[in-house]
This record gives sequence, structure tokens and C-alpha cells, in this order.
Amino acid sequence: MGTRNPVTWLGSPTFPEAARTALADTQLRRNLRNATTTIRGRRAQAVGELPDWERLRRAGEAIKDDVLHHLDRYLEQLEAAVTARGGVVHWARDAAEANDIVLRLCGDAREVVKVKSMATQEIGLNEALAAAGVHAVETDLAELIVQLGDDRPSHILVPAIHRNRSEIREIFRAAGLGPASDDPRVLAEAARAHLRRKFLSCEVAVSGANFAVADTGSVVVLESEGNGRMCLTLPRKLITVMGLEKVVPTWQDLEVFLQLLPRSSTAERMNPYTSTWTGVTPGDGPEEFHLVLLDNGRTATLADPVGRQALRCIRCSACLNVCPVYERTGGRSYGSVYPGPIGAILTPQLVDDPHDEQAASLPFASSLCGACFEVCPVRIDIPSVLTHLRARAVEAKGRSAESVAMAAAAWVFASASRYEKAQKLGSLARLFAHDGRISWLPGPGAAWTSSRDAPVPAREPFREWWRKNRG
Amino acid sequence: MADARAEILGRVRAALRDKPDTPPVVRDYVRTGDASVELLADRIAHYRATVHVVTPDEVVPLLAERLAGKRIVVPDGLPWDVPGVTALRDPLTVEELDRADGVLTGCAVAIAQTGTIVLDGGPGQGRRALTLLPDHHVCVVRSDQIAGTVPEALERLDPLRPLTFISGPSATSDIELDRVEGVHGPRRLEVLVVT
Ligand code: SF4
Repeated sequence: MGTRNPVTWLGSPTFPEAARTALADTQLRRNLRNATTTIRGRRAQAVGELPDWERLRRAGEAIKDDVLHHLDRYLEQLEAAVTARGGVVHWARDAAEANDIVLRLCGDAREVVKVKSMATQEIGLNEALAAAGVHAVETDLAELIVQLGDDRPSHILVPAIHRNRSEIREIFRAAGLGPASDDPRVLAEAARAHLRRKFLSCEVAVSGANFAVADTGSVVVLESEGNGRMCLTLPRKLITVMGLEKVVPTWQDLEVFLQLLPRSSTAERMNPYTSTWTGVTPGDGPEEFHLVLLDNGRTATLADPVGRQALRCIRCSACLNVCPVYERTGGRSYGSVYPGPIGAILTPQLVDDPHDEQAASLPFASSLCGACFEVCPVRIDIPSVLTHLRARAVEAKGRSAESVAMAAAAWVFASASRYEKAQKLGSLARLFAHDGRISWLPGPGAAWTSSRDAPVPAREPFREWWRKNRG
Repeated sequence: MADARAEILGRVRAALRDKPDTPPVVRDYVRTGDASVELLADRIAHYRATVHVVTPDEVVPLLAERLAGKRIVVPDGLPWDVPGVTALRDPLTVEELDRADGVLTGCAVAIAQTGTIVLDGGPGQGRRALTLLPDHHVCVVRSDQIAGTVPEALERLDPLRPLTFISGPSATSDIELDRVEGVHGPRRLEVLVVT
């Protein structure tokens, strides 16, 4: 222990630096804008179809709060239920401990198949396994593109959203998958052929979990491609790494999340495949099931009464797709496996280290326009948490010249009306730019002016512009 | 080194020292809904799955028409004997499953509102790998198996069984958000809803 928390990427620049680079990349911004605009529209339609959406959101919020407020009890219950059905539960305080557990469970295996999982990205599992001579094969198409391209993911749901088809073809060609064209069908077929051999031969699989049910011990994975089902059922041994907060109290609670998640995430009524399993089932699926419960900064996050609501997150990515800052900078600028608005509040809390400049810059990576809160299926008040974390960052830094400006930002952003007034007066830009140096992204009015193609909403206060154009 | 379990649970308890209160979960959302054959068929079709609404007498002729001459995995417990089909029976190796032309199953529950079929490993469904490796999945749904909503479906299911919820064929939108069917799971899903 005492090792660095890998939730942020080593050597990543702080957000404002990375954002400046990203803003200059017009191809990237075009890919992102197309994607986020498309997903945004589809989501609104899928959500609009349900007359009880707000009631579902409130139920989702209440269930998750209940989980967090009695987390010890639900974790013990989950452990008992999984164990009773033949599974084995492991507890990991941090990334290093979780990686050690998985590595030990891999035994003699030199290759494992993996289904996309934020938790295992967060702990740097692939790298840890590689260092011990075990190759982890990502089986989600987008994750495979990222892995073969020796790249970083840029979106929770579509990690390769920053790549277009010709780039993907190049990546596959370099990796020897040899697709004959850049038609998405042909590319997908190349991945299918490449991965099927792995699925049929691998002895060990690693997955994440979307939910785990305390009273039954059932674990739930939602996916689209079937690579999840392959990993969850074909190998002899299944290892699931799950953040502590993914537990839900009862089987009935899934009725809320199985509605909230797909519509918020892929804008579908239901994602193509959802698998649930409880311990092991003789004659069907893996003979061994291990569940690794991961803390890695979660209990520290839980200790903050304002910040803890970030742990309600079900990783749907809706907040990314509506965020004007994300849309322009892309996911990799956040330097963390958790990009976008949720990354801006979750990453600094999980890292929990005021000396990590990169993580500390993230609460400033937002315009506080509130669009993220409006779409969040579990009603996480991201703007409030951002403001709270900004204040915390200022405290941690002391009263340096920089921190005075930060404090001013926190003060301005603390109230929506003050913020709008400040923008109307144009005082915001002055507030940040008077020393000629903008070192964080305090708001679109200020930060985007530092980039030549920044779409500064003329005269109109940003929130109003956003409401009219996107809300 | 202290026990990780004890330490984590201790951290959780310490983190909750402010004794946050939890308002009750209000379940005032819609719990029941239209469980009609028409709605289910409409929603399944939306996923680019093929759907046929048939009477009980039409099931076998239609299956024969769709599957004749093929090598089809047939789990135990299916009531239909389809002429012209080579039925492959478990135990099968993954290679044998991989080489099959398709699989024919029943289901446990179907959800009309979302167009989802749910398999629970019960009679006529077999273990999970059977509906995963063959490229064509044909599923027969009886009208009494249709639940209107997700809450109604979950109530009918046994959480201790391994469950697979299927909504359309395997699909990805990872490349420029273009939808491509059949990445790893079956490329074709065909559902017969029996009235
Ligand atoms: S914060 Fe809310 S909107 Fe964003 S990913 Fe998490 S659940 Fe989805």
C-alpha cells in the first residue's frame, strides 16, 4: 500500500492543458460532436416514452441513497448470499490489493478474456497482469480498438468514440486482423473472428458488474455485443471486480435500474443482453465464481456528506453526452477512466490527494450549466458537488494568488443567479483573465476565449443559450 | 496487516458517522402495463429481429419452413418435433455449438413494453451457451408468458437461476455509432409469438 491510486493516468497533464490540445484537434472535435449530438437526441426520445421517468429517477436516487447509508449491512448480506450459492467473496482496500487478488486467482493462466469494466480500468488491472506475464484480452469492440491502438478510452459507453472508421481499420491492420475495408460490418466481423478463438479456449474471464443484489447474491451485467455473455459463461473460472457501491438491496430494485440504465445510456428500451447469475450453477457456466469487492477511495468518498452522492452513479454516460465542456475537449483530457461531469466529481474524490494536480484541476472542468443533473438517472447534483470540491481544492491550496481566483470562481459558481449576473456583466472573463493566464477551465466564458475556435455565446448568458439550444 | 474485510467495513461505518437518514423508497412508478401479443411483436420488430405472430397449429409448419435441412440445437423439454431438422442434443462441446446452424428454444418470460425475451435455463431452454454460440436463435413465446412491464417480469422470475434477457440480436454501435448486428452473439434472432 501507499502506492499511487491509478484512477488518474500517470503523466497526464492537468485538465486545462489537455483541453487546450484537444480543442486544437478539429477531427477529434468533429467526431465527438457528431456522436454526442446523436446520442443526446436518441436518449431524449427513449426517456420521453416513459410517463413515469421522473418517478423512476426519484426511486433510483432513494434506493442508491439507502444503499450508501447502510452500506456495511448490504455488503455483509451480499457476501453471505454469494457464499451460500457457491461463490467466493474477496475484499480489496485499494488497487494494488485488488490486482494481487485477481492475479492470484488467475493461477497458471497466461491469457484471460475481459468484458469492459470501469472498475478494472480504474485499478489498472491490465497493466498489473501484464507485468506478471498475463495478457488480458479486451473483448468489447470499442475496448479492443483502444487496446490494439495502445490508446486511452475517451467515453464510458463508447470508449473509441474519438476514432473514425478509417482510423479503426488502420489499427486493426497494424494488429494483423486484416479487415478488407473500413465498412463497420467488415470491421466488426474481423473482431468477431479474432475474438471467437479466444472465447472458445480461455480458462479465466474477468468482468465488472453493473449491480449486485444483496438479498439474493445475484450479479448483473448489461451489454450489447454478447462478449459479456461469452466471458460470463464459457470460461471455467469467472472473476468479477466490483466497486462497493454497486450493491442494491433487493431483487425488486432491479426493476428501477433495468429501466433507468439502458434508456439513459444507449437510448434503447433495453440493451440487447442482460445477464444475471447467482453463485455457480452446476452444468451451466463457470465452475468457480469470485467476487472482488473494491474500496479504492470509495469509503473516503462516502465520508463526505456532499460528495458521497457521486457514488450513486450507475455509469450510464448520459452526463457526458450533454456536457458542453466534454463535447469540445473529449474524454481523454480528463486524464482518468472517469471522464466528463461524473469524472470531474468522482475522480478527485477517489484519488483523495490534494497534491495530485491533475485530479485537483477536474472540479474546474465544467461550466456548471446544470445539464448533467437534468439527465442523470439517479439525480446526482453534479453542479453542487463541483462547487463543493472547488471550495475544498481552494482550502487545500492555501491563499496563493491562484487560489484567490479559484475562491472567486467558487463564490461566483455557488449561486446560479450570481453566475448569470457575472456573465451578463462580462465580469467573469475579467475575473480570470486579468493576469493574462488562465490555468483552469472555470467556465466556458473564460476558458474558451483562450482558444481561437471557442464558440463564445455572444452577449447571451451561457446558461440561457444552453437552455435554448440544447435543453 | 489487518484483515481487508474488517478494515473496509470499519471505514464504511466511520464514513457514516453523520448518521445520514434515508427517506423511504417511493415506488409510485408504473408497475403494470399492456401485455398484448401486438405490443410485444411491435417492440421485438423494432430491434431488427424477425417476428411472427402465429396460432398454435402454425408453429411446427413455420419452424419447418424456417429450419428444414439445418442442424439445429434443440434443448430438452421442447414440445415440437420439427420435420426435416437435424436436432443436436446436449451435451455438446463448444466447437459443436459453434458449428451448429442455429438453436431453437422456448423462454421463461417476455416483456411487452421492451420487446425482451428472458431465458432462465428451464425446460426447453437449456444452458446459457446454447443460445450464445449458434448464429441463429429461434425462440417461441407463448402468450401466457408475456409480462407487460419490467417490474412484472422480474416478479415472475427466479433470481437464483442464471437469467439471460435478450432484446434483439447481438449488436454494436462502437464504430461511428453505426449499428452492426451480430458481433459475438447470434446475428439473427427470430421470435414466434403464439396466440
Ligand atoms: S453521473 Fe449520472 S448521468 Fe453521469 S454517468 Fe453517472 S449515472 Fe449517468
